[in-house]
Amino acid sequence: MDKTSPLAADAVNRLIQEFSKLPGVGPKSAQRITYYLLRASTEQTQALADALVSLRQKTQLCTCCYNIADGDKCYICRNPQRNSSQVLIVEQPQDILALEHMGIYKGHYHVLHGAISPTEGVGGGDIRIKELLDRLSAGGISEVIIGTNPTLEGDTTAMYIKRLITPLGLRVTRLARGLPFGSELEYADDVTLSRAIEGRQEF
Amino acid sequence: MNSPRTYQTPAIVIKKTKLGEADRILTLYSPTLGKIQGVAKAVRKPKSKLSGHLEMLTYSQVTLVRGKNIDTIIGSQTLNAFLAVKNDLSLLSCALYMAEIVSQFTPAETEDSRIFELLLHSIEQLSQADDINRLLRYFELHLLHQAGYRPELGKCVLCGKAPMTGINSFAPSAGGILCPSCQRLGRHYGYSISWDGLGIMHFLQDGGWESVNVTPIDTTVLNEVERILRSYIRHLLEKDIKSAAWLDSIRHDSAILRLAD
Repeated sequence: MDKTSPLAADAVNRLIQEFSKLPGVGPKSAQRITYYLLRASTEQTQALADALVSLRQKTQLCTCCYNIADGDKCYICRNPQRNSSQVLIVEQPQDILALEHMGIYKGHYHVLHGAISPTEGVGGGDIRIKELLDRLSAGGISEVIIGTNPTLEGDTTAMYIKRLITPLGLRVTRLARGLPFGSELEYADDVTLSRAIEGRQEF
Repeated sequence: MNSPRTYQTPAIVIKKTKLGEADRILTLYSPTLGKIQGVAKAVRKPKSKLSGHLEMLTYSQVTLVRGKNIDTIIGSQTLNAFLAVKNDLSLLSCALYMAEIVSQFTPAETEDSRIFELLLHSIEQLSQADDINRLLRYFELHLLHQAGYRPELGKCVLCGKAPMTGINSFAPSAGGILCPSCQRLGRHYGYSISWDGLGIMHFLQDGGWESVNVTPIDTTVLNEVERILRSYIRHLLEKDIKSAAWLDSIRHDSAILRLAD
């Protein structure tokens, strides 16, 4: 569907089109944001434009863990207080934010940038598993925590990684899976319940 | 009479695609409705009641409500989660392959309870079968039969004569066996198939799983059948099966790890 209108100026149409490509933004929202920005102060629109430009220019992937970083290394890999012998493997950079928000984990991370999905044609070579293996083979790491999503793709990735790093003789753990806080037992599925029983702990 | 607004069916989840922020579109295979699609709302949030009951390769009793474009899944209760399959990388990869080819070979909303039974039975058998490659070949041949692409193995597709003892050809574009003299006409591209390979294919095609499972079959012959079926399926679908590449890489890695041990 063509979202441009011959009644609006070209610059307006262009911005509406760009906004409507964003996830969760439909043509109507795109139009609303665009007209809001037309009325907004110059400082505000300039700040937005600067933020967009620096998003790509001033970020790169951390050379160690592939998290989004300001420089060569991300703030976690740069922090000497953190335990560098533990590595937690996650699917995407946003997962680190969730884990850091909790504030209990003090080790390092490794971002895979995806999960293996055989039916979508995503294999082991398409995500950063080789980089992980190189990092683990380099030494200095004693425990690998697999924190991929509790989905079929996440589980496939976890089992695949486990298979590849078993020969290295490191301790491999997986984030526990059980009943979410605030949920009800009667709605739990078999997979969750079976893991919850297997992984039950002294109380 | 109008169909009721909500309906229930047992079904296996054979495909899922993300939709919006937290929703998914699921493709389900039901014994009474065939391949259907439904939107599962908010299943990507951790507290979703439905998500665990609607993961790939889960056999569930699903409740749907009719929508204008697509139906919405409002309830799901697991009948069989196939835990033994999901906890093993090789078995899981095989099950994903089965789900993918069922999804590719079946038309939408066309009931075929035999395809459903074949899929359910094959996923169940994965954790029990001695030889999963044999199960995959059995599954492929029976699915091809149910989908209307049963390869002709009993006689040459061009001249109708029985295949010659020795080497014959399998021509994907002709849908079956070519005898050596028809192959020489060059009208179809054919893969050579050994006498044993042809016999095993015949046996897998017509035999029940109970007898197929216990009969000794040579691995090299089974690999030959795999190559032929792979090219036949690729010819029919006019594309590669994505999870087949993954299956190959898993098998390749397993072989390397076994060598390393």
